[in-house]
Amino acid sequence: MNIIEKLKKAELKGRGGAGFPTYLKWESVLKEKSDLKYIICNAAEGELDLKKDKYILENYLDEVLNGIKIALETIDNSLAYIYLNKEYYSLIKDKVRDPKITLIQEEGGYIGGEETVAINVIEGKNPEPRKRPPFVSQKGLFQKPTLVNNVETFYYVSKIEKGEYEQERFYMLVGESIKGGVYELKEKMTIREILKETNNYPKEPFYVQAGGGVCGEIFLEEEFDQEIIGEGFIRVITYNEDPFKIMERWAEFLNSQNCDKCTPCREGIYRILEMVKNRNLKGIEEIFLALEKTSFCALGRGAPTSFRSLINKVILK
Amino acid sequence: MINIEIDGKKLKVEEGKTILEIARENNIEIPSLCYHEDVLPKEGCRLCLVEIEGMKGLHTSCGTYALDNMVIRTKTKEILETRKTNLKLLFAQHVEKCNECVWNNRCKMLDYAKKWKVSINEWEDRKKDYPKYIFGNAISYDSSKCINCFNCVQICQNQGIGFLEVKKEGAFHKVVPSKDKNKDCVYCGQCVSHCPSGTFSPVNPSLEIEKKIKEGKYVVFQYAPAIRSSIGEEFGFDYGSIVIEQMIAGIKKLGVKKVFDVSLGADLVTIEEANELIERVTKKEKLPMFTSCCPAWVKYVEFYKPELIPNLTEVKSPHILLGGLIKTYFAEKEKIEAKDIVVVSVMPCTSKKYEIQREELKIDGENCVDYVLTTHELATLFLKHKIDLSKIKGEDKDELLGFSSSAGVIFGSSGGVAESATRTAFYKLLNKKIEKIDFKEFRGVKEIKEAIVQIGDIKLRVAVVHGLKNAKEIIENNLSDFDYIEVMSCPMGCVGGGGQPVPTSKEIRKKRSDALYKIDAEAEIRIADENPRVQKIYQDFLTNKEIINKIAYTKFSQKQKEN
Ligand code: SF4
Ligand code: SF4
Ligand code: SF4
Ligand code: SF4
Ligand code: FES
Repeated sequence: MNIIEKLKKAELKGRGGAGFPTYLKWESVLKEKSDLKYIICNAAEGELDLKKDKYILENYLDEVLNGIKIALETIDNSLAYIYLNKEYYSLIKDKVRDPKITLIQEEGGYIGGEETVAINVIEGKNPEPRKRPPFVSQKGLFQKPTLVNNVETFYYVSKIEKGEYEQERFYMLVGESIKGGVYELKEKMTIREILKETNNYPKEPFYVQAGGGVCGEIFLEEEFDQEIIGEGFIRVITYNEDPFKIMERWAEFLNSQNCDKCTPCREGIYRILEMVKNRNLKGIEEIFLALEKTSFCALGRGAPTSFRSLINKVILK
Repeated sequence: MINIEIDGKKLKVEEGKTILEIARENNIEIPSLCYHEDVLPKEGCRLCLVEIEGMKGLHTSCGTYALDNMVIRTKTKEILETRKTNLKLLFAQHVEKCNECVWNNRCKMLDYAKKWKVSINEWEDRKKDYPKYIFGNAISYDSSKCINCFNCVQICQNQGIGFLEVKKEGAFHKVVPSKDKNKDCVYCGQCVSHCPSGTFSPVNPSLEIEKKIKEGKYVVFQYAPAIRSSIGEEFGFDYGSIVIEQMIAGIKKLGVKKVFDVSLGADLVTIEEANELIERVTKKEKLPMFTSCCPAWVKYVEFYKPELIPNLTEVKSPHILLGGLIKTYFAEKEKIEAKDIVVVSVMPCTSKKYEIQREELKIDGENCVDYVLTTHELATLFLKHKIDLSKIKGEDKDELLGFSSSAGVIFGSSGGVAESATRTAFYKLLNKKIEKIDFKEFRGVKEIKEAIVQIGDIKLRVAVVHGLKNAKEIIENNLSDFDYIEVMSCPMGCVGGGGQPVPTSKEIRKKRSDALYKIDAEAEIRIADENPRVQKIYQDFLTNKEIINKIAYTKFSQKQKEN
């Protein structure tokens, strides 16, 4: 069985958050005709408080490199880049010796992880998103077909190749009231199971943010019996914490990390920050709508989710 | 051809066009702000939104190419709502300073706000404390007005300059002047023409001029060749309308004593420049010779390519030359002292504002030109004084320095200087036997035009270039292929200058340029040498080498970073 079939059979989905079947991504790059193709291992990880890829690089670098190698062997005439969060660059820079793999430091912070931003940065351009189509699998890095997968995905590619994959994934848990950390657990676990199994279930009443880092949705205790879709990240928040403070942190983060390219995201998030600081949310829904519908890239479009669910589920209740 | 549908209208259109382009061609109105055809769409403002069936969310029409069978809607409730929010957010960063704005009275942002009933003052302007920069006393960059479209950065790069950079300061990206010691502004003003929010503007001397007029100074205006086909735009005339007499009447109404035509200066420049060209070509010295009537180009050479300074023709630019004549020849005739005359040039150009400050241009300690007003600034002055060129009765320009050949008129378009000088070279070398007068090879929108002109025994290899990046390309690749190179910094030459009315586009520039060539085609006197005014000036005043040198020639020198 070749690797594509193995990936298909293992039902591996991309671990960057989008959850797209990995084998399809590989196939679409494979079927393009080109003298040269590129592979990018995305380790930009710019989410607020998220350090899952860092953990994997620190503990399982060999698996990740092996995953990349498998991709290099599968895709003819290909070269690979590891696109790294600035902090992580120094962690591994002396440990990668493969002439076909080049390390690049990420730029652009939070949005630096967006795959078209990554491509722009590797090409030496401004850290800004590109428009799709064309899709990167057709015209990506240097206009060549390009496979972009996350660190965790490559880690599991290696596991799958070796027949060691057990439908697991990594989760990161944070919160003032819990110990937290990075855990490798079964896929398809519910929020409650994850929190319980890792001993991160606080005694006092709480709720969580899950599935998308700073843009992740809020789930109340009665909603804990569902799986996490998207990013394996859970923020545990107790009712003692000030929800406005939490939103302030999100807004500060987004405001300083977005690329400022488009009006709704640049100005809208600034106004959201102002509103949550002033504890006055009048007019915020209008900005949410503009962000969701008219932002240039997925980061702006996804930004309202967390705010809106915190406001509706916690503040207004 | 592909089939698409916009708002229920079925259209058959060419492939490879954006939805916005197609909508415009078919009179479907889609608002847009940051889009400008001269730069690549950055899709930042998010006002030109459309809905496309089968595609999630809303999309920008300026950056989305139409594909076969697309069904597009431009007026859904969601579009109307969200673009209002985005406009509101744009105003929330932008400090309105309409009176001094190049968009005043034709501002899209305000028009939309009015039409969509958007309150523009809901929030305090985010940029209210942002600084203002002045470059070379010519260009003002008031960053409190910027809406982050980055058109200026692109256009400055397209000029091959790259003086404007995007830098992240704190949480936000800002446009800032480069600190790189190898980069400097050349004052071309293309950032002014391409900024949708009036953040860039020329440094306006109107108040000082009004003061001089009030004080009873002898104020003389002279207007550049390219003004006549653009000033009308500010008063509702069609693009390419020639508006001279009305403008002169308007200027007179301001209390100005005389109005002269810089095209006469252009005729004189032509004659001197052709002399210099013939001399250099015969002696095979300092070739290729570059034109030097575009001050942004001169500054470019002085700063970026100082080794080429000897190649610039040393003839002054037309308005400086004529300004010098006003303060000498004219002053003498009218028995006025030079120091009591104030010369104001109306120019399509921002770099002329920088040029007039050059010390080396002074004649007997006097500036040749005291102030430069752009086309737009003159129009603003008219409006302030309630002078409407569409309603005013025209007046003739003033005799003494008012008449030019049509060769001096086409100076306003790319190719015009080369064509005018070539006509004169023919005239001189072939003893007034004109074999050819139209040099179509120098005309048109192409950015680099090349031609070989045989004048008797002399084979003249000419290049005509507009846009500094293109000049750079020739300099770096095939400089030695030419004997004579005309360079204009702005697209299509001065008709596309940074001081011209906004908006600008390829079509608008072409109409302005065509209008000048139309004047030329219909003119009786089409060669500088045949202008009787010119002949008289040489008879009466420019009678020897020394005085000619003093009035018509200058020197250039290497420049250090100024901004
Ligand atoms: S939504 Fe707009 S400003 Fe925000 S990160 Fe994306 S492109 Fe940049
Ligand atoms: S762009 Fe100019 S005219 Fe328009 S609102 Fe701003 S300052 Fe006023
Ligand atoms: S100064 Fe004008 S052109 Fe430049 S980014 Fe700002 S709004 Fe755009
Ligand atoms: S005037 Fe010309 S060179 Fe100067 S900043 Fe503007 S575009 Fe760049
Ligand atoms: S005009 Fe299309 S995004 Fe600004």
